Amino acid sequence: MTPSDIAELVTVPLHRLAHSRAGDKGNRLNLSLFAYRPETYAVLVEQVTEARVRELFAHRGVTRVDRYLVPGLGGMNLVLDDVLQGGVNGALNLDGHGKTLSFLLLGMPVSVYPHLL
Amino acid sequence: MTFLLGSGAGFSGDRTDAAVPVVAELIRRGQPCALVFETLGERTLAAAHRALRESPRAGFEPLLEELLSPVLDDCLEHGITILGNFGAANPAGACEVVAGLARQLGRPDVRIGRVQGDDIRAALGDLDLQLWEAETQALPGADQLISANVYLGAAPLCQALELGAQVVVTGRVADPALFLAPLVTHFGWAWDDWDRLAAGIMAGHLGECGSQVSGGYFADPGVKDVAGLATLGYPIIEVEAEGRLVVTKPPGTGGAVTEQTVKEQLLYEVHDPGAYLTPDVVVDLSGISVRQIGPDRVEVTGIRGRPAPARLKTTVCYEGGWQGEAEISYAGPNALGRARLAAQVLRERLAFRAPAELRQRLDIIGLASVFDDDTGTLQQAPAATEGDYRLRLAVEHAERRWVERATQELLALYCAGPAGGGGVRRHFLRRVCTASYLVRRDDVDAFATLFESGRLPHDTL
Repeated sequence: MTPSDIAELVTVPLHRLAHSRAGDKGNRLNLSLFAYRPETYAVLVEQVTEARVRELFAHRGVTRVDRYLVPGLGGMNLVLDDVLQGGVNGALNLDGHGKTLSFLLLGMPVSVYPHLL
Repeated sequence: MTFLLGSGAGFSGDRTDAAVPVVAELIRRGQPCALVFETLGERTLAAAHRALRESPRAGFEPLLEELLSPVLDDCLEHGITILGNFGAANPAGACEVVAGLARQLGRPDVRIGRVQGDDIRAALGDLDLQLWEAETQALPGADQLISANVYLGAAPLCQALELGAQVVVTGRVADPALFLAPLVTHFGWAWDDWDRLAAGIMAGHLGECGSQVSGGYFADPGVKDVAGLATLGYPIIEVEAEGRLVVTKPPGTGGAVTEQTVKEQLLYEVHDPGAYLTPDVVVDLSGISVRQIGPDRVEVTGIRGRPAPARLKTTVCYEGGWQGEAEISYAGPNALGRARLAAQVLRERLAFRAPAELRQRLDIIGLASVFDDDTGTLQQAPAATEGDYRLRLAVEHAERRWVERATQELLALYCAGPAGGGGVRRHFLRRVCTASYLVRRDDVDAFATLFESGRLPHDTL
C-alpha cells in the first residue's frame, strides 16, 4: 500500500512545493516554476495548467498563456501576454516589470498528498 | 585552458562594490579572463535617451565612475579585459569618462574600444520592419520617435578586442554577447559552431544579471534561505574550449551557487526554452541539466545551438507624455475606511476636474497594489478595518498640466479629504515608452573603433 491509498489530499499554496522567478520583455511576462523535490514535479505538471494560470491572471487582462515543460530542470516556463498593462515603460502599476508576480503564482492552491510536503 | 568570465554588475543601479572580490579572485587565479558590466535594460535605455535629451553629456550609465573606479587600475594592471554596455544612449560619452578615469590613474594610453551601429534611428524609415512577436504597437510616427537601437551580437565586440581594446564600451547589444565575445576571441570559435556559441551565450545569460545566479533575488526566509545577502559574491563563470560551463563565485563572499539559484536564472526572461533567440545563435535549452559538483560550484550541460535568426530585435523609444504619482497615508482606527473614502473623493473630483482621456489608477498600499489591475479589482475584496494604508494615485496624459492638476487633487486631500491623512508625496516624470520590432540583419552595419579622447564626433555632442 502506498501513502496515497490511505491519506487524504490536502490543499496548500504552490509556495510549499515550488519556487519561481518572474522576468519581463515588453508587455510579456515569464514565470519560471521549479519543484523543490523531483517527486512533486508531476503535481506541477498536472495542476499548474495554462487554463488555471489564465484564471489566476484574468483580472490583469491576460490574453495568452503558453506553458513549456523543462523536465531536465524539474520545472516549467509560463509565458503570459498582456498582463503587464503596458510593461516597464508603460504601466501605471508600482511594479511595471511585474517582478512581484512570481509570488502571485506561488499563492495558487494545489492539492497534494501529505507525504509529498 | 579555462576562460573565466566575472560579473561586475547585473543592472543599472546594482551594488558598486560588487566587482572588487570578483577582480581579486580573477587576479588570484591568473587565468585568461574578462570582467563584464551589464547595466542596460528596456527601462534604463529609455531613461538614458531621456537624460541625453536633457544634456549631451549624459545618456550613459549614471553610476559608471562609481562602478569602474574600484577596479579599473587592477584590471589594466593584470590584463583583465572590461566589457560593458554602460554606453547606453551615448557610448562616446561613456568612453570619455573611462578615458578620464584612466588619466587620473596615470594610464593615459588606455585602449578603449567603442562599438557602433546599434543606433539605426536615421535609417529607420527606409528599413523593412516587422513587429517583434509579442509587440502590438505599430511604429510611432516620426514626431513621436526618440531613438531606435538594434540588439547587436558579439562580432563587433570581437573586432574591438582584436584592435587591442582593454575596455570595450557598447550601447545596445544583446546582454550575453558581452560575455560571448571574449570567449570567441580567446578560443577562436567559428561563427557557425552553433553548440559552442550557444554555450557561450548561456555563460552570458547566467552571468548577465550579476548576483541573480549566486543567491541574489532568491531568498525566501524559512523556505529558501541565503546567508550573507549584504556581502553577496557576484558570479564567475568558468568556460572550457568545448563549451563546458561551471558557475561559481569568489571565496569568502556571501550568497550561494546551487542548482536552484542556477535554474531560476537559466529561464529568467526566456520564453520558449527550445528556441531562445539571440543575435548570434538560437539556443535550445530543452535538454539542459544542472549538477552541483562542489560547494558553490554548479555545472551546466546539454546546451545546443541552431543557426542565428535572420532578423535582429530593435527597441524603439518614443514620447509617452507625462506620468504623475501622488500618495497619502491613513493609519489607526477605520484607516481603510478613510483611505477608501479618499479614493472615492478623488474619483469624483477627477471625473469633472480632468479630461476624460486621463489614464488613472488608484492603489491602496497595505491592502492591494502590485498584484492588482488598473481598475482595482482586488481592492474590492473584504479586508481588515484597521491598519496602515497608503492611497496612491498614478496618472498619465500627453500634457503635463493635466498630470499636475490630477495629482494636485490628492494634495488637496490634506484639508479637504477624510480625517487624519498625512505624508503626501507627489512627483511628475516625462515618460519615454518603448516598443520592439525586427530588422533584417543585412541592414545593420555594426563595427568597432578605438576611441580617441577629446575628439567626440559631432553626432553625440
